[in-house]
Amino acid sequence: MKTFVLLFFLSLSLSAYSAPHGDELFARHCSACHGKDGKGGVGVPIALASFLDSVSNEYLKKTIRHGRPGRIMPAFENLSDAQVGAIVIHIRSWSDKPVPKEDTTVIKGNVANGKKVFAGHCAQCHGEEGVGGIGTGVTFSRKRDLPIIAPALNNAGFLAAASDVMLRDTITLGREGTPMTSMLVAGLSEKDIDDVVSYVRSFEKSAAELKQTLNKNDNEPPVIVMQSPYGLEETVENLKQAITDQNFTLIRTDYLEHGLVPEGSENKKQVVLHFCNFGFLFQALSLDPRVGMFLPCRITVIEKDGKVQISTINPKRLSKLFNNHELDSYCDEMYEVYNTLLEDATL
Amino acid sequence: MKILNKYFLVLVMALISSPVLAGDLLMVRTQQSFPEAMLALQTSVKEHGYEVTRVQRIDIGLTGMGYKTDKYRVVFVGKPSEIQYLINKYPVLAAYMPPQISIFAEHGETVLVTANPLIYAEMIDEEADKVLFRRWESDVYSVFDDVRDADE
Ligand code: HEC
Ligand code: HEC
Repeated sequence: MKTFVLLFFLSLSLSAYSAPHGDELFARHCSACHGKDGKGGVGVPIALASFLDSVSNEYLKKTIRHGRPGRIMPAFENLSDAQVGAIVIHIRSWSDKPVPKEDTTVIKGNVANGKKVFAGHCAQCHGEEGVGGIGTGVTFSRKRDLPIIAPALNNAGFLAAASDVMLRDTITLGREGTPMTSMLVAGLSEKDIDDVVSYVRSFEKSAAELKQTLNKNDNEPPVIVMQSPYGLEETVENLKQAITDQNFTLIRTDYLEHGLVPEGSENKKQVVLHFCNFGFLFQALSLDPRVGMFLPCRITVIEKDGKVQISTINPKRLSKLFNNHELDSYCDEMYEVYNTLLEDATL
Repeated sequence: MKILNKYFLVLVMALISSPVLAGDLLMVRTQQSFPEAMLALQTSVKEHGYEVTRVQRIDIGLTGMGYKTDKYRVVFVGKPSEIQYLINKYPVLAAYMPPQISIFAEHGETVLVTANPLIYAEMIDEEADKVLFRRWESDVYSVFDDVRDADE
């Protein structure tokens, strides 16, 4: 019997392994941002002839694996090679042109001149030192018909995926259908373009540093927890006071089990306070509406075995989930707020 | 025997749950209007045996304070017995329970976002309980598939 069950599961999971469906995987993992047909949404459009006809499959695979640290596009580290391959095949179904081969020839241009060219011809869109336009792609909450925001070039994920030749081709040809026009047509010489390629390549060090700063929160615990020296009720009152003192609006206080069990039978030793600062909330949501997932702010107070414990989510740990560098300062600020509230209430 | 069972379970888990799918955030975008998507979400949640324990209206508070915003709700979802069990056993999870799915309108479309339930597994140490989060993960994927499929 056991062996049978085992074999059953084995065959089940093996078949899942052997035939990943690119269309389904794309629908699940990519379409929320890039659109069902890859035509864009959050992030740059993928189903764009001028893009697909100028990048190799390696570029696509590496982009999926590395993502774009701090620029919303997640790193899909846990997909199997077969799954990544299936997604790439699906993406390729949007173009019938031959797939460009990856060419890893190193281009040796003059970085100093490249820097000048970049400041004059690229920085207005790609930002100082290639940090990328503010927002990403056709970001959340931006109108679809607005121009695509220039991606970050000073980015470890992008630089790991792009070869020098891919950079040169993109800069030379541009991407028809996007604000990225041919720089050859715009008047740059082939030498200028090589120089700017080398300048973009020189971002590698600062891009790696940024990635490291972003990763520093990896080891943050998922929750901020403090023990209260007071009883449950007193702790809750202290928190209410602290919330008002910090200019937050207390929305309501509930038993944690509210809605889970019939009214009246909730565990009275588990309380949750909901509160908000609408101005702050509005700013954060305008930047990235996904943060609403952890709103309104909540603090839980639980009495167990005679001990009263207060806890909240840890916004620093969560900033990693969003992979949106522009949101990080908000997460840091929220972290400070939660800590202050918890400290005030347990003083 | 017990040991054998345990290994068996671990093996099966390793096979079924891997490859662990990426992304600490799960998202879906649908062409449906907000009310249609909300209905699709709630229907699928119930079909999967979970309950919507509360719907928090974020937009109302914002609008009330003078901030213009489109429809935005946070939906709390769980099986009461599981949530109670988890909170009692692991107070550290309380801040995240019941799990929240946010749903918001965006230019005529609707977007749903939630944290991958596997992130809760790292907060506890008993393997036997972590299995719960794997099931939640696969159920969220399935619920989101339903919402997306409702497009067709
Ligand atoms: C949470 C949103 C999000 C998800 C999910 C996502 N992406 Fe992206 N993707 C982006 C953003 C944003 C960018 C552009 C980054 C920038 O502007 O710096 C991007 C960039 C890309 C690029 C680079 C395109 C170019 O012009 O060089 C590719 C390729 C890509 N994504 C493929 C995928 C695939 C395949 C998946 C699914 C496995 C996926 N993305 C999932 C947001 C996302
Ligand atoms: C008018 C704005 C604008 C200017 C000027 C501009 N770019 Fe771009 N660039 C973009 C946009 C927008 C994209 C994304 C195109 C897309 O959707 O595929 C892009 C894409 C790129 C890419 C591909 C990035 C990726 O993630 O695939 C590279 C490389 C690049 N630009 C380099 C440059 C360089 C170097 C210059 C100056 C010589 C330059 N660009 C000038 C707007 C601009």
